[in-house]
This record gives sequence, C-alpha cells and structure tokens, in this order.
Amino acid sequence: MNILIEILVLIFLPPLLPGLINRTKALIAGRKGPPVLQLYYDLAKLQRKKMVLSSTTSWIFFAGPVVTVAACFLAALFVPQGNLPAPVSFTGDVILFAYLLGLARFFTAAAALDTGSAFEGMGAAREVTFACLAEPALFFGLLVMARLSGELSLSPMLANPWSFGWSPGAAAALALVAAGWFVVLLVENCRVPFDDPNTHLELTMIHEVMVLDHSGPALGLILYGASLKFFVLGALLLRLLVPFSSGNAIGDIMIFLGSMTALAILTGIVESMMARLRLVAVPKILVAVTLVSAFALVLLVR
Amino acid sequence: MGFENSLVTAFLLISALAASVFSGVPGLFMRGDLQRGQNFATALNIAGAVAGLLAVAGIFTTGTPIRIEFSWPMPFGPPVLIADPLSAVFLIPIFLISPLGAIYGEEYWPQIAHPENGRMLRFFYGLLTASVALIFLAGHWVLFLFGWEIMAIAAYFLVTTEDHDSEVRNAGWIYLVSTHTGTLAVLALVTALYHVTGTFAMTSLGPGIASSHTGTALILLAIVGFGFKAGIMPFHIWLPPAHSSAPSHVSAIMSGVLIKTGIYGLVRFFSLVPDPPLSWGGFLLALGLISGILGVAFALGQHDLKRLLAYHSIENIGIIVIGLGLGMAGRALDQPAWIALGFGGALLHVVNHALFKSLLFYGAGAVIHATGTREMDRLGGLLKLMPKTALAFLTGAVAICGLPPLNGFVSEWLIFVGLFDSVVSPWFWGAFAAPGLALIGALALACFVKAFGAVFLGTARSREASAAHEPGPWIRTPFLALGVICLVIGIAPFLVAPLLDQAVACVHPSADVLPALASLSVFPMISCFALALLILCAAFAWLFVPSRPTIPATVTWDCGYAAPTSRMQYTSSSFADGLVKLSRFALRPEEHRSRIEYFFERTASFSSHVPDFVLDLIILPSFHGAARIAAWSRWFQQGRVQIYLLYIAVTLIVLMAFV
Repeated sequence: MNILIEILVLIFLPPLLPGLINRTKALIAGRKGPPVLQLYYDLAKLQRKKMVLSSTTSWIFFAGPVVTVAACFLAALFVPQGNLPAPVSFTGDVILFAYLLGLARFFTAAAALDTGSAFEGMGAAREVTFACLAEPALFFGLLVMARLSGELSLSPMLANPWSFGWSPGAAAALALVAAGWFVVLLVENCRVPFDDPNTHLELTMIHEVMVLDHSGPALGLILYGASLKFFVLGALLLRLLVPFSSGNAIGDIMIFLGSMTALAILTGIVESMMARLRLVAVPKILVAVTLVSAFALVLLVR
Repeated sequence: MGFENSLVTAFLLISALAASVFSGVPGLFMRGDLQRGQNFATALNIAGAVAGLLAVAGIFTTGTPIRIEFSWPMPFGPPVLIADPLSAVFLIPIFLISPLGAIYGEEYWPQIAHPENGRMLRFFYGLLTASVALIFLAGHWVLFLFGWEIMAIAAYFLVTTEDHDSEVRNAGWIYLVSTHTGTLAVLALVTALYHVTGTFAMTSLGPGIASSHTGTALILLAIVGFGFKAGIMPFHIWLPPAHSSAPSHVSAIMSGVLIKTGIYGLVRFFSLVPDPPLSWGGFLLALGLISGILGVAFALGQHDLKRLLAYHSIENIGIIVIGLGLGMAGRALDQPAWIALGFGGALLHVVNHALFKSLLFYGAGAVIHATGTREMDRLGGLLKLMPKTALAFLTGAVAICGLPPLNGFVSEWLIFVGLFDSVVSPWFWGAFAAPGLALIGALALACFVKAFGAVFLGTARSREASAAHEPGPWIRTPFLALGVICLVIGIAPFLVAPLLDQAVACVHPSADVLPALASLSVFPMISCFALALLILCAAFAWLFVPSRPTIPATVTWDCGYAAPTSRMQYTSSSFADGLVKLSRFALRPEEHRSRIEYFFERTASFSSHVPDFVLDLIILPSFHGAARIAAWSRWFQQGRVQIYLLYIAVTLIVLMAFV
C-alpha cells in the first residue's frame, strides 16, 4: 500500500516543484507569476503538439529525453520518501542509483551533440564537466551515511540519520554532507547560482541550452525528467534535513510532502537572493564542496 | 569420468594452441595476391578458438586444475601446463577476441589489398594468440617467460605492420624498449622466486616471506615487470603509440587481451603468496587510482580516436588494479567478502574490458576504413551513413563508462560494493577509493560523449567523412557478437558469477571460507533493473516518439541562425577543453596559435596537443641527454691505428701498476 502511494507521488508530484519555485521567485520579485500547476498544463499542451526536427538529428535526439525519464524514474525507486522506506532496496543500490543518473546524463549530452549546434555542444560540455566535479561530492556523502549506519543500501542508510548519537564528529559530518548535497542538488538541477533555468542565453547556461532544439512531446519529457531529477535529489537531501517521523504512514507522507514544498520554496528563495556565478567560479566551488564532503568522511573515520 | 574429462580438455587445449600457432603458416607458402591463405588462416583460427572455448568449459565443469606434463628433457625442467579456473577466466577473452579479429581482418586487412604485409600479419597474429594462451596455461616460470618473450616479439611485428611509416616504426621501438624493460623485471622476479622457493615450478612462498624485505622486493619487481605489460601508470608509455599504429583488429587484441597478461601475472603471483601484508593492498589501491584517473584525463585530451581508446585501456587497467588492491587488503585483514568482491570484480572487468574495448576498436577501425582518418575533428555525422557501426560504438561506449544495463556496470558495481563495505570496517582506506572510482566513471562518460558525439553525431566535418559507407558483413559479425555478449552479461550477471567464484578460489589458499558472489550481491535485482530500463525506454519511445514527423525537417535552430555549417559545431577539442584545462597540472596541454595583428587577417591557425607526461616530458628528454653524453665517447674513436695501439699500451701499463 505504502509502495503504491510512493509510486503515485513519484509520478504525479514532481511537476509541481518547478511551479512552486517559480511562484516563490515571482512573489519575491513582486510579480504575480504563473500558476503553481503551470508545468502540468505545459506537459498536456506539449503532448498534443507536433515536433520540429532538424535534418541533422537522428534517433539519438529522441534517446536523450526517453532514456533520461526512464533512468531517473528507476533511480527514484531507491530513494526513501521521508520516513517511508524506498519502494526497492538492496545491497549496493546506491551505485545503481548514481549510475542511472549517469546514464541519463550520457544520453542528454549525446542528444545535444546530435543537433550539430555550437551552443548545444557548449552546454553538453559544461554539463559533463561539472558532473565530474559533483560526482565525488555525492559519493563522499553516501560513504558518510554508510559509515554511520553500517548499511550499503540507500533506504536503510538514510532511515534514521540522526539516531547515531549526537557525537560532535557525527553531527558535524552530517551537517557537512547536507551542505554538500544541497550544492549537488543545485548543480545537477541547473539552478541559480550555477545555472539559470530562465534564460536561454547560450553563453550563460548549461542545461537549457542542451535542449534548445527539442520541441513537442520530446520537450515535455525533458521538462518532466528535469522535475523528476529535482524530486529525487531533493528527497535524498530531505532525509538529512527533516528526520522526523509521525508514527503512521499518512502522517509521514504529509511531512514528506510538506518538507518537499519547503525545499522548493527554499530553492526559490536562494534563486531570488543570489546572482548566477561566473562560469569560471563554478568548478572552484564544486572542488571546494568535494573537499568539504571528504572532510566529513575524515571526521568520522579518524 | 573425471579423468576422461580432463583428458579431453587437455587434448582440446593442445589442439587450440597448435591450430593458433599454425594458422598463419600455410598462407606464407601461398601466393600473395590470392585470398585463399587468409581464408585458411581464419578457419584455423576459429577452429582453434572453438577448441579452446570447449576446453574452458571443460575446466569449469571439472573444477579441479588440469595438469599436462611433457616428459621432454629441457634445461630448466620439463614443460608443464596447468589449467585451473583462474587460467580459464583469462582464456575466455583470447579465444573470443582472436577469432573475431580474424573474421574482422577478412574485410579490414584483406590479403589482396595488402599483398606486402598480410601474410606476415596473420603469421604473427596466430603466434600472438598461441603465446598469450601459453602464458595463461604455463605451470612453470621458465615456460611462462618463454611465452612472454614470444608474445613480445609477435606483438612487435604486429605493431609495425605498416613499417613504411616512420611514425609506426617509432611506436614499434618504444614498444620494444618498454616490453624488454618489463621483461627484465619479470626475469629478475622469476630468478628471485627461484632463489626463495628453490624451484621454477609455480609453488607457494613460505609463510612470512611476503612481509620481509625479500617480499617487498618481489612485489616491486612484479609491479614493474607486469605493470609495463599491463600499462599501469607510469609504465604505460608504449600503449598510446602502439595501439594507434597497429591495424585495428590488432589494437583490439592487444588492448583487450595482451595487456591482460600483465594482470594475469600479478594475480598468479598473488595466488602464490600465502600471507600478503596489508601494505600491498593499499599500494595497489593507490596505484590503481592514479592509473585510472590520469588514464582517463589523458584520454580526454586526445584528438586521435585510437589514441583516446588506448588511454582508456590504462584507465580500465587502473579499475582492475583497484579491485586487486581491495582483494589483497581483504586477504591481509581476513575479510572474505572483500576478496570475493575485489578479485571477482577485477576478473570480470578483465573479461568485460576485452569485450567492450574490442568492440570500440572494431568500430573505430570501421570508421578509419571508411574515411581514412583517425582525427575526430575531421569526422562527424557518421551515424546516418554507418548506422550499425554507430550502434556498435555506442554499445561499447555505454559499457566502458560502466553504465547500466551493460556489462561494464556489473564489474564496477562489484568493486564499488567492496569499497563501500570497507567504510564500515576499521580499515576504511578502501572507502577513499570509491569517490575516485566515481570520478573515473564521470570522466569516462565525458570522454565517450565527446568521442561518440564528435565522430557519429552532428554533420560531417570533412569530405572524407561525408563519403563514408557502412562496412560489410565480415566487419559487422564481430560487432553483433560482442554487442550481444556485453548485453547478456549486463542483464544476466548471475550466469558468470559461479565461474568467477571458481577463479577467485584459486587466488586464496583457504578458499572454502570465501562467500559466493551471488550471496554477496543481488544479481537478480540487477537483472530486473536492466530489463526494466530497456522496457521503460521502449515504452516511452513508443508513446512519445512520433513514427513520422509531420512538420518537414529544417536546419538546426541554433538560436535562429539560418545557415549553420559543419564548422560551427563544437569539436571534440572544444568539448574536452574545460576538463583538460582543469587538469592542467597533470596534462600540461600545449597550444600553438598564430598571432593575429590586423583586423582582417588572411590566415590564422590554432592547434592544441596533450603530450604524454611520462614519455614526452621525462623519458625522451632523459634518453636524449644520455645519448648526448654517450656521444662524447666518440672522441676516443680517432680512426688511426697508432692511437688504438696507444690505448692498448696505456691500458696494459695501468693494469701492471695496479694488479
């Protein structure tokens, strides 16, 4: 029963999150902003549209969105939603989780190169470059959780992150991991200050420029996949930030939905408060974040 | 029953070796302008491989080592072949890749197109196959060295197939010097082992030796000797030039199988050490990480498709060595799970790398065959002209990045689980290798998006690339075979797990404590997710991809630019530029550009190049320096008889004074 609820949440909730982020940004900027459900309307509209295709493209152009959504959906099955354990869990699923996201990245970047456009090539290059720097940070965090819990599976690993005693080392390590994963969340989902999802000025951005040429249902898949990825990495981070349990499943799911909403609003606030970083500063910050996450592991094992 | 079984297996092994050795011989006596000799060689090669694979199956069913002893009087004792499951795991790639390469060669290097070197190529190809198999089977160190040297020489002649090209001859020299430097260390290792054990047979060291200074000397000799062959950094210098100079099916067998003889040597040596100290495991982990990260970083800087693949061999050897390091740490600390996962993952990666790297080299070969260039920045858009080649290369690329649902993921996953397991133990150093392995994976992904994108996607960047054509059935058969095996291992890893268990048991003396891989890892879940991924992709493609686009195709939008050209595409160099610049401290990229002085400069040029750090910046300069010093000794050679008489007189007088 719980699993069914989780899968339904997984399928239907993600498109709400970009709406929440955009509404937050609009309110802070003093605008009214699009409806919170805007992405659902967009998806419905795009599904009915025809596609404009470049004569340069091949089947790889479609493989990008298709593989991204399939891989992100499967990866999401490993992530616990709040206090509810993940639908699927087995030893070593953390690696499958990370590599499914990698598969999505491979095909998104390949689809971008398939158009033969300089702009999209530039976006793809940046995407894979920054991912190289974000990946070790994610893994250091996962290792910290494995060390704390003694588990090698994502859901039990995150089941009760703050129950390992309030030893200063563990608490500091968890705080560092949470900070690291928040940065990973922003980078992987192409949010300010690393990327600006609102512009497609090709010189300033990463993700949006990779999908410039997609249209119709393919663009719909991409938008949905992007929201799914935010949901997946957000749920991972929320286990560290909101380790509460209400004692029953309905309460737990409510807490999870509430905290996910709060995370989307927080992201919107960060986007409103900060300017996008200069591109050359992004690698420096990512390296620093990786080192901070490594430091978290050192704190624990020393 | 068991005896008969092993007799049949022994017979099959001997015939496999014999068929491989002789495969190229009849062709030597046939006319160079006829195809018959090549067809004969291919048939013999396939026959030998079938016998070899049947023998491998026999070894796995028997389970016990099969010993074949020849009662020939030889200087260092009679030759002994021992076939145990460890040998069998290494025999699988040679007997798979060798016949596929021969089939590929029918179209890639046909005798009628290469009358001058085709016969030599096939003779040494057969010899290489047999010598590699002999190394895996040798039960005696001298026989091992014998195979080692034949392999080295055969590979030299294969690398220099196109010896009219000075670049190829240079690659051959670098290979020959490196391989013999390595052989020197292996020779020293064998002598030292003889000194310690008193025999050339492959017998265990006594307890306590590994932790002594002798043990340290042994492991260092093994790492230098076998590391030169395997291409562990910094002993990798011969790989990039040799792999890019050899014909593609030779590159495939060299990268897929030949360099694994180094790994085999290491593993076999480890199996003879009853009590390895913990420091060995840590050292191997560090070495593997350096090889892996720097290998893929250098790959990113390459413009030559085959050089790029060669650097990826160094990376994958790094991953294998990480697995070995984990396994050795597990042996030192008595952690059976690490032994099973580390060695199991490393051995599976040996097989997997042979499969997907051969697939990639075959794909690269088909591209070179069709366009005549290895420069990625002159290619592009080949997916439309060679769809099957593109699919094969893409399969290899996804597999080598370790992505599901293909085989590369399974072996990396085993090593990852072992590394994660070490973080929850008191010896946590293995855990620090896990983010390193993740970094290797992410860099490999960047590199293969670059390679696949530059070669197959977008539009053609040169006239050669726009005139490419799909290869014929001889080249496509190996594509299909290797692609299917990659997918099968990726989807059904439980099929290979029992074989790996048997092989890992050969490495650890008290094998009965080792857990089965299937009990440590959830192979059915991997299978489920691999299948689910394929099904979901198919379903989404069916739901969302229109069968027929209803709006006529146009040019790429490109932010509204009306007439994009192929020169506006991102090139492979610009794609990798960010990562190359980030790793500037190790790669030291060189850029040459002409100065632009006027507003409308007629000509401008730009080129970039990533030299090999060890070869171009350390070894070649020091060799040139040594040559310069040696040149001074020429002063003694005056060429006059009187002077030489003077030398003799002076020497005699000096000797008289001192002796």
